[in-house]
Amino acid sequence: MSTKLQSVEANLGKSQIPEFKVGDHVSVGVLIREPAPKGAKNKEDRERIQNFIGDVIAMGGTNLGRSFTVRRVVQGEGVERVFPLHSPLVTEVKVIRHGKVRRAKLYDLRDKSGKAARIKERTVRKSDKTSKPSKDTKAE
Amino acid sequence: MNTLLGTKRGMTQLWRENGTRVPVTVLDVAQNTVTGIRTLEKDGYEAVQIGSGAIRPFLVSKPRLGQFQKAGLESPVRHVREVRCEVGDVEVGAAFNVDLFEVGGFVDVVGSSKGKGFAGTIKRHGFARGPVTHGSQNVRRPGSIGMCKYPGRVIRGKRMAGRMGNERVTVKGLEILAVDAENGQLLVKGPVPGANGGLVLVRSSNLVQTKSKKGGK
Repeated sequence: MSTKLQSVEANLGKSQIPEFKVGDHVSVGVLIREPAPKGAKNKEDRERIQNFIGDVIAMGGTNLGRSFTVRRVVQGEGVERVFPLHSPLVTEVKVIRHGKVRRAKLYDLRDKSGKAARIKERTVRKSDKTSKPSKDTKAE
Repeated sequence: MNTLLGTKRGMTQLWRENGTRVPVTVLDVAQNTVTGIRTLEKDGYEAVQIGSGAIRPFLVSKPRLGQFQKAGLESPVRHVREVRCEVGDVEVGAAFNVDLFEVGGFVDVVGSSKGKGFAGTIKRHGFARGPVTHGSQNVRRPGSIGMCKYPGRVIRGKRMAGRMGNERVTVKGLEILAVDAENGQLLVKGPVPGANGGLVLVRSSNLVQTKSKKGGK
């Protein structure tokens, strides 16, 4: 890809990309807009942020097309959501727990349940902690 | 003047605030200079000749160089095209850039489609394929091309295999999503004919009214 297109893309996506890896337990903030209920004084659409909490099992795409898949188990039923990383509706990705994994895609989790579906925690060294998104990303 | 010369940089995507993803083509539209004017009295038609892009001087013929000099150009331009339009008060040497267009407007983009070489009827004209199994030999053949002793010839215009692509293609009514005057770049919605780096003609669209009536989508 030409370097010039990269400079264009730099202005089109998010300037600050949350830092996380496959295997991390994350909380994704999803912006939800709903039309104001009938008879409400404020006619503007209502906005709120809903958190989707789960394990990152895959990351894909390049540049502005990057996306990641978050899996969680709700009432015994596996739920997976694919989020485009640069979407303005994905307001934040907070790492709750770093995971220690040896695969880029954790699709095997789909066939596992209970204790088998656990991901080992990765301890983060103190010097790396500044890059931990839950602490402070703006420092970079 | 409503037309500019540019090159296709490539495609990417951007996000609308409501979270929808939009495919965009980045067009490099550097400054265009008027290098000549055709008038009704002198040439029998009205047009403006515009030029754009850089080229090393020794590649340009001397008559051309002289013409560029007259237009007040410091360095010669690579691409020169005539654009049919009302000349009005446009003068030789006048410069235009992407400021001509504004975000939310619509443009037509003219370019040369990618050459496909000698293509068969399926690719070139969308013919149906024959069966691949049961002993069929008629997989990508064009089928019958006519009748019998009468008329005894192939009807003119019969669609057959041949050269495909590398022809002038116009895409109409593309929405302008961003104008970067500083870098001379234009972001339009959707694809544009031709390969990356290809020459394109960008003109404000006369489809605007019909399109915006539909809600400007």
